[in-house]
Amino acid sequence: MSLLTTNYLTPTGREEAWRFTPLKRLAGLHDLSSLVKDNVSLTANGALPRGVSLTVVADSELPPAYDSNDIVTNRIRENVKQISLLRIEKDSEVAQPIHLKRSCGPSAELSKLVIQAGVNSRSTVIIENIGSGQIGEEIEITLEAGASLKFISLQEWDRSAVHLGQHHAIISKDAQFISFVISVGGSVVRLNPTVEFTGPGSSAELNGIYFATDGQHLEHRIHVNHNVANAKSRVNYKGALSGDQARTVWIGDVFIHKGAEGTDTYELNRNLLLSDGARADSVPNLEIETGEIVGAGHASTTGRFDDEQLFYLQSRGIPADIARRLVIRGFFAEIINKLKNEDLEERLMKRIDDELAKAGE
Amino acid sequence: MSVLEIKNLQVSVITEAGNKEILRGVDLTVRSGETHAIMGPNGSGKSTLAYSIAGHPKYLITGGSVTLDGADVLEMSVDERAKAGLFLAMQYPVEVPGVSVSNFLRTAVTAIRGEAPKVRTWVGEVKAAMTSLNIDTAFSERNVNEGFSGGEKKRHEILQMELLKPKIAILDETDSGLDVDALRIVSEGVNRVKDGSDLGVMLITHYTRILRYIKPDFVHVFANGKIVEEGGPELADKLEEKGYAEYITA
Repeated sequence: MSLLTTNYLTPTGREEAWRFTPLKRLAGLHDLSSLVKDNVSLTANGALPRGVSLTVVADSELPPAYDSNDIVTNRIRENVKQISLLRIEKDSEVAQPIHLKRSCGPSAELSKLVIQAGVNSRSTVIIENIGSGQIGEEIEITLEAGASLKFISLQEWDRSAVHLGQHHAIISKDAQFISFVISVGGSVVRLNPTVEFTGPGSSAELNGIYFATDGQHLEHRIHVNHNVANAKSRVNYKGALSGDQARTVWIGDVFIHKGAEGTDTYELNRNLLLSDGARADSVPNLEIETGEIVGAGHASTTGRFDDEQLFYLQSRGIPADIARRLVIRGFFAEIINKLKNEDLEERLMKRIDDELAKAGE
Repeated sequence: MSVLEIKNLQVSVITEAGNKEILRGVDLTVRSGETHAIMGPNGSGKSTLAYSIAGHPKYLITGGSVTLDGADVLEMSVDERAKAGLFLAMQYPVEVPGVSVSNFLRTAVTAIRGEAPKVRTWVGEVKAAMTSLNIDTAFSERNVNEGFSGGEKKRHEILQMELLKPKIAILDETDSGLDVDALRIVSEGVNRVKDGSDLGVMLITHYTRILRYIKPDFVHVFANGKIVEEGGPELADKLEEKGYAEYITA
């Protein structure tokens, strides 16, 4: 393990990027105060479809495709020697989802995955994070021209897990990136889904779901960099919180640079507080350097149950507890239904039900 | 044979600025098969009457009683009132994001009937009810009231009434926001349920227009939180001609 040159960047908790995060619970992933290993933790869950390969390559062969200002990402770049590379060949139409499964080692670890979606390829990648683990991860995703990639990251960790990560997508001309970041497990999950565009006609749709119960800290920091003309982005994250010390943070930064004429962007975050003692922070930021755009907007709401919805359902004979569950399921269904994957939709709805049962709903 | 009996009902609305008295002693009895039109100017308390019978938490009952076949309605939770046989078609039906019409209808019918409807007959039942209300069956997959037009919302209310088969239905300004065709379709729906089930109806409206389609047996004029005049269908004709002016100044 090399001596870090980024030591001076070790967060103290006063930085804007870290002020919400419980640094004491990060297993040393942010400051390497504990032993942190370089680990290849992703494997294919089942056979890989045709046109898809998963290999491990030396870090010297795959230099980073973008600059990151995230401390954990930079520690990964300095320490990780072996990078997992998932390559979807050009023109491949991969109908079956590509399932990757994570198995973490017993101690804290760093991991890097590069996904390359070839020219005009179409695919779905699902990454399942289950069990226990303490992981800092970087996922670098490149969509070549005309590629279409649906990227699903499931955080269904055990309650002890710590997961810090950056998922960065570089979206080329006419490429379409759709992501679903679903965080229900873990002790601390802090993910930075970030995107940038490199050509016109490109689009990003970033969806997210999180459900925090007692003591969980689930943080999502989105950054959309509109640095080219005529790109489109949509962000829609929804979260529910229940129980003492349940904590969520959502940051939605959208930058529209000077040359990004024709940008069309909208971001939305909604939080449903199901009990006292839970806290949701929601901070949308929009910076615009050009007025020549199609649209730019954001909305953020955090609130309790809508009494009118409950009254309406109850007035049709539906008991209060079932009415509440219907409303919560419906709240998440808006995003879950967009997965267009019946097995996954069912599994996530069941997970939502389990969380609700835990929360006493 | 069912009887909804409202006696000396007094209701306040709960607001942040304090409670405000709205209903000042309402007496009204609705029996199976009867249609009562409750007519009055805006702000007279008609909707408050509807919502307080249904149990909306915004209203505080300060006096009087409401019973359905002798059972104390005011002691019941909102869903119990529906199970007892009361139905409120709302003026502003509420959007419930992410909950499909089919899921909603099935959940409601299961709750009211006490058991899940048989899949085979249920599909046909819903389809028939939708067709008669001129509702596209693709409607089932849409979220409850989300993006519905005014007319679609009102038809959806009557669809629920048709499937839930209440004993007494309160229709709160069901005619508002409807064009002539939609009004006719909705009214026919109400009449069909009435003919088929001996339904008692409390029809709350500002205008006499809907009474051309749904014939009332009794007309009650509502002003300033209570009923100020009662009569037969001829009273509606008088209101059509003279309006509510005399009741407001009175």
